[in-house]
Amino acid sequence: MSILIDDKTRVVVQGITGSEGTFHTTQMIEYGTKVVAGVTPGKGGQTHLGVPVFNTVAEAVNETGADASGIFVPPPFAADAVMEAADAGVKVIVCISEGIPTLDMVKVTTFLEGRDVHLVGPNCPGVITPRKCKIGIMPGFIHAQGKIGVISRSGTLTYEAVDQLTKEELGQTTCIGLGGDPIVGTRFIDALKLFKDDPETKGVVMIGEIGGTDEEIAAEYIKKDFHKPVVAFIAGRTAPPGKRMGHAGAIIAGGKGTAKEKIEALKSSGVVVADSPAEIGITMRNVLAG
Amino acid sequence: MKIHEYQSKELFAQYGIPVPMGRVVEKKDEARRVAQEIGKTVVVKAQVHAGGRGKGGGIKLAENPEDAMLRAGEIIGMNLITHQTGPEGKLVQKVLVEEALEIDKELYLGVVIDRETSGLVVIASEEGGVEIEVVAAKTPEKILKTFIDPRVGMQPFQARKIVFGLNLPQALIRDATKLISKLYRLFISSDASLAEINPLVITKDGRLIAADAKINFDDNALYRHSDIGELRDLNEEEPTEIEASEHNLSYVKLDGNVGCMVNGAGLAMATMDIIKLHGSMPANFLDVGGAASSERVEQAFKILLSDRNVKAVLINIFGGIVRCDRVATGVVEAAKRLDVKVPIVVRLAGTNSELASDILEKSDLKFTVAGDLGEAAEKAVATING
Repeated sequence: MSILIDDKTRVVVQGITGSEGTFHTTQMIEYGTKVVAGVTPGKGGQTHLGVPVFNTVAEAVNETGADASGIFVPPPFAADAVMEAADAGVKVIVCISEGIPTLDMVKVTTFLEGRDVHLVGPNCPGVITPRKCKIGIMPGFIHAQGKIGVISRSGTLTYEAVDQLTKEELGQTTCIGLGGDPIVGTRFIDALKLFKDDPETKGVVMIGEIGGTDEEIAAEYIKKDFHKPVVAFIAGRTAPPGKRMGHAGAIIAGGKGTAKEKIEALKSSGVVVADSPAEIGITMRNVLAG
Repeated sequence: MKIHEYQSKELFAQYGIPVPMGRVVEKKDEARRVAQEIGKTVVVKAQVHAGGRGKGGGIKLAENPEDAMLRAGEIIGMNLITHQTGPEGKLVQKVLVEEALEIDKELYLGVVIDRETSGLVVIASEEGGVEIEVVAAKTPEKILKTFIDPRVGMQPFQARKIVFGLNLPQALIRDATKLISKLYRLFISSDASLAEINPLVITKDGRLIAADAKINFDDNALYRHSDIGELRDLNEEEPTEIEASEHNLSYVKLDGNVGCMVNGAGLAMATMDIIKLHGSMPANFLDVGGAASSERVEQAFKILLSDRNVKAVLINIFGGIVRCDRVATGVVEAAKRLDVKVPIVVRLAGTNSELASDILEKSDLKFTVAGDLGEAAEKAVATING
């Protein structure tokens, strides 16, 4: 089992004919993802990478039964693309685009309220269920089918953790890159709720970073309702306040969002927090060994 | 993006939010002229992108035009140190000269993005003129939060609730309600990330005026606000950070001595953290991004090494889409061209990492190659500690 996506997932790629879309769709197909459609307004009727291209997501869904979407469109058009996918009835929307204005995401959040849809991202590496389906830009080969769920606000740091889990022979059920923006669709708590009901997920790795309070909210939830082992790493202990550390959402503002607060909250909920990013995998192995 | 107080006040005025009479000047003689035009006691305020200016000596009262000139002369050219500038301080190049207000009451009003609810919130308090974070921590009951539905925007009843919550005098209710709506409109139409009036002043003669003004903008939205982009003051930013951003590198200067070059923001922060864990401090945050080509690596090297505190460099690349052998070639070429004198520890993982190690080891340059992140940090710190 896995969460969000598996070998039955039928993917539509929005922005498939662009350079990013073309490159990553090729990689996704090579990995084994069922890419059934692409969307580029004005290029409907063409075939790209062997995939039929449509003018709208609604058409793509009607014609091909796509139920998940990967978005690779430039940031000024990305919020619109998310809403189009939701309107077409797509259930899992993975938005890779980086640089979407925050107020656009405020609108998107409101638009998605009450709909049966999961948005992952924006500004994220995507979602992967090893050997079954990859929607995103992560290197497929470092992943291995296994028993750990991975939730992360980072890209390459996720790869680091995944690589360690693979080398420890723990593998992964599903890995979700939440994204580095202040407002994202899926947060730690949402992903934890999904992993809770997945019998194959025996433990969860959470990779957080400075900024916001999503880790603290997740810690509250874990304390009350999540009984699988959780190992966490929080990046940014050495980050100065008031400075954006690459990600738009990685900033300590008004004394809030420090690594220290997050680590304390997680520890008080029984989460094992790795001090070193080089020891995430081994920490999980030790925790599972009891 | 941050802007100066005087620029924020110009925007306030455009949106009809009352601000004190005044003007920004760069020379002390002009300060005298502005004070003369105002014709009463003025306040001379240093224009830097940092709070705490008053305590640092960057805000002074002047009773007459001569005095205004003297005070402006003291502040222009001073190195202003506040809790937000860091110990190195900031050079003051401009002062705002404006009418001194006779204050009856100081309030706080701000609009921010609320990450928790993914929405917008208006924050108001009767405790103005002090840091709002302190008020929130010590007396949370004095903070009024109003969540705005972005589909319909701020409604008049919400503005009224805030106004009555602030216990404003009857005569000011209508003005205050309008002011709050105007601040919200400014926030939305300029893609701000923060719009703050602290303090919002009630004067002894019964006027409501924004005595201070602070607006931050969403960098991701600047593409649709060219007029706002023009308000950026490069003097207020670290020169190396500006250079980095021109090459699409994300760089933040820090105080340690291990320079870091990493792909990805999270991994870059984690690399900083592991350096500290092994007993040294990082000299910077540097994300070279997805395409770590040899040109970018060379640019990154230049920026790293312009910091004279750097005694060792740690390169940490997790190749995904980026191929490690290409990065290794880039590192070798850049290090040759730039004649790097400090020890370099390289850790390349992921796609083609073995090929990459070969390239590094066969080069004439002395790289220390590390197998994993822990080893890399250990070796980098060891080169410094001898």
